[in-house]
Amino acid sequence: MAKRIGIEVSLAIAEAAKLADVDVVAAYPITPQTHIVEHLAELVANGELDAAYIPVESEHSAMSACLGASAAGARTFTATAGQGLELMHEVLYVASSMQLPVVMAVANRALSAPLSVWGDHSDVMAVRDTGWIQLFVENGQEAVDNVLCAFRIGEDPRVLLPVMIHLDGFHLTHMIEPLLFPEQSQVDKFIPPYQHPMPLHPDRPVTMGAFAPPIIYFETKKAQEVNLEAAKEVILQCWDNFGKTFQRYYSPVECYRSEDARVLLLTMGSFSETAMTAIDKMRGEGREVGLLRLRLWRPFPFDEIRQAVGNAEVLIVLDRALSFGGPGGPVCSEVRSALYSEDKRPKVIGFVGGLGGRDITPAGFEEIVDRGIEISQKGSDQEFEIFGVRE
Amino acid sequence: MTPKGVSQLTKPEGMLTWRDLEIGSIVVEPGNASQYQTGDWRSERPIFDTNKCIKCGICYIFCPEGCVEQNAEGYFEADLFYCKGCGICARECWTKAITMVPEEE
Repeated sequence: MAKRIGIEVSLAIAEAAKLADVDVVAAYPITPQTHIVEHLAELVANGELDAAYIPVESEHSAMSACLGASAAGARTFTATAGQGLELMHEVLYVASSMQLPVVMAVANRALSAPLSVWGDHSDVMAVRDTGWIQLFVENGQEAVDNVLCAFRIGEDPRVLLPVMIHLDGFHLTHMIEPLLFPEQSQVDKFIPPYQHPMPLHPDRPVTMGAFAPPIIYFETKKAQEVNLEAAKEVILQCWDNFGKTFQRYYSPVECYRSEDARVLLLTMGSFSETAMTAIDKMRGEGREVGLLRLRLWRPFPFDEIRQAVGNAEVLIVLDRALSFGGPGGPVCSEVRSALYSEDKRPKVIGFVGGLGGRDITPAGFEEIVDRGIEISQKGSDQEFEIFGVRE
Repeated sequence: MTPKGVSQLTKPEGMLTWRDLEIGSIVVEPGNASQYQTGDWRSERPIFDTNKCIKCGICYIFCPEGCVEQNAEGYFEADLFYCKGCGICARECWTKAITMVPEEE
């Protein structure tokens, strides 16, 4: 039987990595990810987890060490946040191109300057195109469940790709929640052993990350794109299997009271739970509003988004990142693009809010919905709206 | 021409489609870098003058490509399949026995 334990979400993620029986952890501590890797170091030091914990001098080295471990056939886990994710940047591409299924929890954090350790999605958006599978979670249970799923998805021989699990820094990492942990035997059955088909081994020498002149480089990129697209099927199968085993179900786009909604709000990450409270209140007042929560960020769930939007007339997208000088938020930009070629599509209104740990309350979400409807009717001279900044 | 003792690629890179690639574009043939013709990067090639050559082997030592070899008569020559035409051998040669000549000449 699964046990329900009151635990900080960061520690729960470390416990999930332990349940997945990771072989190697290479990480550099950074707020607000610190508790995840501190607890993993503790588990290894106490002999509770039989793994190599590699303390490194930077995130660039952390990801590099993870590549080596994964290439040698080790189940590999790491975690980072904000500036740390940016310092890893170039190595992230290597992990996905070399098809090494490293699993990484990212405690989403704003980027300097000015220095901020608090949450938003600026760090995520800067690594959007690195070729990793990327999932967003909203609460502690989703974080635990999806760490387990991430190993199963990433290490699947049909996939072999690294996976990022995005969770909001502080708003989620530092919460204490009552969480269900599956039994070790159930997890062992759920995640088969990691077997890279061609690991680094002296008996069968291979070259990973070789030099590719123009005559062959583009072919490797096409293969990578096809592989990441195809991973969606395996992700769906994994969530389906997880649901049947553990009775908790996940999908690429989660719908909340969205049936017959004329106005839809779309969010990513832990703010979605606050948005649900706002939706409940507005529904109580008889308003036809609903919520979509985008869980699968890469590969992007085009079909699921189109289906979830259905016949809505207005779609209001909240981004927690700003593409300076661009169309506003990257999520809105992509959702709008996914819907553009549809014969019947809603007006898509973009908002950017919640940067650098700025909160959005249920009343704030109501305001966003009201303003979004107003823009849909009267138009606006702005490409997007910034919400929650003192004028 | 591929040098002697070096096998041809099972399929030349230019013939491979994206479907032919291994997982993660892994190269499974050990040492197949020897099949890569770095010689086609060259804009100048070294000409060795056996009248000036004292068979000291300084060109052999300095060649960063490792493509200079000693022939049966003891003189040194560059394997043009690999030689990138960097000119280091010509610069280091004590007797100025090596001259770099543009490829088009």
